[in-house]
Amino acid sequence: MPKSLTPRLAALNTEVEGYAREFGLDFFETVFEVVTYDEMNMVAAYGGFPNRYPHWRWGMEYEQLAKGYEYGLSKIYELVINNDPCYAYLLESNADVDQKLVMAHVYGHCDFFKNNFSFRHTNRRMIDEMANHATRVRRWIDKIGVEKVEDFIDRTLSLENLIDQHAPHIRRNPDPKRAEDEAKANERVEGFKVGREYMRGFINPSEFLESQRKKVEDEKARAKKFPERPQRDVLYFLLEYAPLEPWEADILSILRDEAYYFAPQGQTKIMNEGWASYWHSTIMTRRALKDDEIIDYADRHSGTMGTRPGALNPYKLGIELWRDIEDRWNKGRFGKEWDECDDLRARGSWDKKLGAGREKIFEVRKHYNDITFIDTFLTAEFAMEQKLFVYGFNDKRNSWEILDREFRKVKAKLLQSLTNFGQPIIEVVDGNFENRSELLLAHKHDGQDLKGDYARETLRNLQSLWRRPVNIVTRYDGKGVMLRYDGQNHSEKKFEL
Amino acid sequence: MSLKIHQDHSRFKAIVRGKIKANLRKYVQKGEMLGKKGKDAISIPIPFIDIPRFKYGHKEQGGVGQGDGEVGQTLGPGQVQPGDGHGQAGQGEGEHALEVDVTLDELAQILGEELQLPNIERRHNEKIVTQKIKYTGINTTGPESLRHFKRTFKQALKRQIATGTYDPAKPVIIPTREDRRYRSYKLQDLPETNAVIIYMMDVSGSMGDEQKEIVRIESFWLDTWLRHQYKGLESRYVIHDAVAREVDRETFFHTRESGGTMISSAYKLCREIIQADYPKSAWNIYPFHFSDGDNWSADDTRQCIDMLRNDILPHVNQFAYGQVESPYGSGQFIKDLREAVGDQNNVALSEIADKDAIYNSIKDFLGKGR
Repeated sequence: MPKSLTPRLAALNTEVEGYAREFGLDFFETVFEVVTYDEMNMVAAYGGFPNRYPHWRWGMEYEQLAKGYEYGLSKIYELVINNDPCYAYLLESNADVDQKLVMAHVYGHCDFFKNNFSFRHTNRRMIDEMANHATRVRRWIDKIGVEKVEDFIDRTLSLENLIDQHAPHIRRNPDPKRAEDEAKANERVEGFKVGREYMRGFINPSEFLESQRKKVEDEKARAKKFPERPQRDVLYFLLEYAPLEPWEADILSILRDEAYYFAPQGQTKIMNEGWASYWHSTIMTRRALKDDEIIDYADRHSGTMGTRPGALNPYKLGIELWRDIEDRWNKGRFGKEWDECDDLRARGSWDKKLGAGREKIFEVRKHYNDITFIDTFLTAEFAMEQKLFVYGFNDKRNSWEILDREFRKVKAKLLQSLTNFGQPIIEVVDGNFENRSELLLAHKHDGQDLKGDYARETLRNLQSLWRRPVNIVTRYDGKGVMLRYDGQNHSEKKFEL
Repeated sequence: MSLKIHQDHSRFKAIVRGKIKANLRKYVQKGEMLGKKGKDAISIPIPFIDIPRFKYGHKEQGGVGQGDGEVGQTLGPGQVQPGDGHGQAGQGEGEHALEVDVTLDELAQILGEELQLPNIERRHNEKIVTQKIKYTGINTTGPESLRHFKRTFKQALKRQIATGTYDPAKPVIIPTREDRRYRSYKLQDLPETNAVIIYMMDVSGSMGDEQKEIVRIESFWLDTWLRHQYKGLESRYVIHDAVAREVDRETFFHTRESGGTMISSAYKLCREIIQADYPKSAWNIYPFHFSDGDNWSADDTRQCIDMLRNDILPHVNQFAYGQVESPYGSGQFIKDLREAVGDQNNVALSEIADKDAIYNSIKDFLGKGR
């Protein structure tokens, strides 16, 4: 069972926490627990939580982590949960220098969780919530049977990525009464109030009235549509309108909640890991390290920062970007003057001694997510320095290869891979397709085709929830296609939306 | 210590094994040879549980990478990790290689569960104890061959930095005697029981490629199971037509001879092997014989049965005869055996009509738990 800190570790923690505060990090109270590697693997398999609902896929994660550890391939150093208080885990067998590094890193994460806007709507009592979810699912298992419940979870997981990651920031259901009033008010189109009758033609010209009427018509037509606007939160739509049993609805809502809880971590992976790494590096090298620890620290740190050609390391990319921003704002390398300067020598020695770097990065960690972070701060110089490139698959040679090092393309590809977690954007377009209560989804095609076999299997799972035939419109090789599954057969036909 | 996750873990394993279970027949049917790599771990592609989603094909997707290299340069295998890339942090998402390593031991367990094989009752429990080296720690002394390069380097680096002899501009590290670190080991006792399989196969003209393929698959599973039961299993291979000779494994599975069949020749050789190398008192002995059952003469069959009764059966844990159906064979031999020694409880007889029948035949052979 997890243990609380030994006196020795507690002293280290007090020390590191002090440094973190000294540098201005602002975090929830942070609770460290000491675990064995086996427990660490378990908690990691559970996504950082001590308690999850029973499901084989945690076992699958565990198997990989445990095997990875046993064969000496991988080791989890740090695990921290976005919660108030923050919970973090220390590996029992780690040396002091590792523990300090982990603590410093964790304080970076906690600061980020608390301050970055993406996390504003996350449940800060998620530990309790997850435990509640576990209890609810267990109860359904007792009632309905493990096979059925697990099967339903499996099918729902197939749709887990169909959420609208911006949804928490949007007010979904406006006050129904107000909406009603507005609707009523819109029904009669009388134009603006006219004081003098002879002015009527000028204040409310007939074209204006016509356009207003048309607006109302459109509004009405839309109201007849179902859903009114394309709905990206497919899980929500299913929850509202699919003919689910109470237990199914309950489990669906649990999975949806959890998906939303984890979404911001996916949206800020580069920033968050970079931020934590920036701070462990700063705290360790400026304060916490003892002379005899420096080599072990360097070994660990460089291990974390390692890169491979075919995979971006978010720790590395993140820390370098943060340092670059700090440096640029320290030297005043931003703004109109800087952008317009094309004298390489002047640029090379540009230093206005602003010293605004620290301040800037604290501001950035508040208001950005990975997409806006990369979009705003990834410069051509940076991309070159970091040797970024675009890679792709060469069918002829049947291998992956470097395609391009041009900045624009690198940035575009990077942003594309971050948009919606690099997953296709899919919306519910019609919940009463062809007036036969069929479901129609649309894939917003952005140049990449869906994986066909997966799409068909996913449709099958979707159909089992919707119970009526389901359709998705996408494009293959530039042509509109509708895939359909009616509960028995798959079919496809040409279709342009 | 029992962790909650173990429930999920065993559930996952059960599902994975379920897949193997369901596909076990198919494996056998397709005759996929499960190769051994390295010591005893083999990598079996297992239908990893990959939940389908709407997603892009990897090859469609590509991505951004970091590092040296010209445009057009190929990224080596294992270097590309496409896909979600920035999977949901902390949730341990991301793409997985669709392989779970199954060791031969685990495979045997799966086989045992699937076929509900009993564990073998060992006839001999005299243990030969061997010692195995296990590396457990780091020491400051030891033979040079066990020097731990990385630890030594680190030690030297630390010393040079501490004494101020480290020059970042010219980072040369020279370990001294004191810097050296060595792996240290302990000797562990490993009890061993001895077992030998003597494979005999009829390679007369009537045994075609398909028949041999069946033998090959079946012997793989037999081998796996017995290896699971006995550490330190030996195998001997005998082929015969009208005469028998001992061969290596490679030859055993790939020879094609022609000519008549005198099974007695094989049994004679088997008897000699047992007498020469495997005293009954120290060995568990398993002869397996595969043939299409078309023996040369009734006379020869009689000789075989005599030999079995008097010289072989009393010495072995179990004698197994598998008769592979062939278009040419009469299949008489198994009938003769059944009549003569079928009532002996250390005899297992099985007819293998085609690849589908391998499954049941393994059960016939191993189901007795001897």
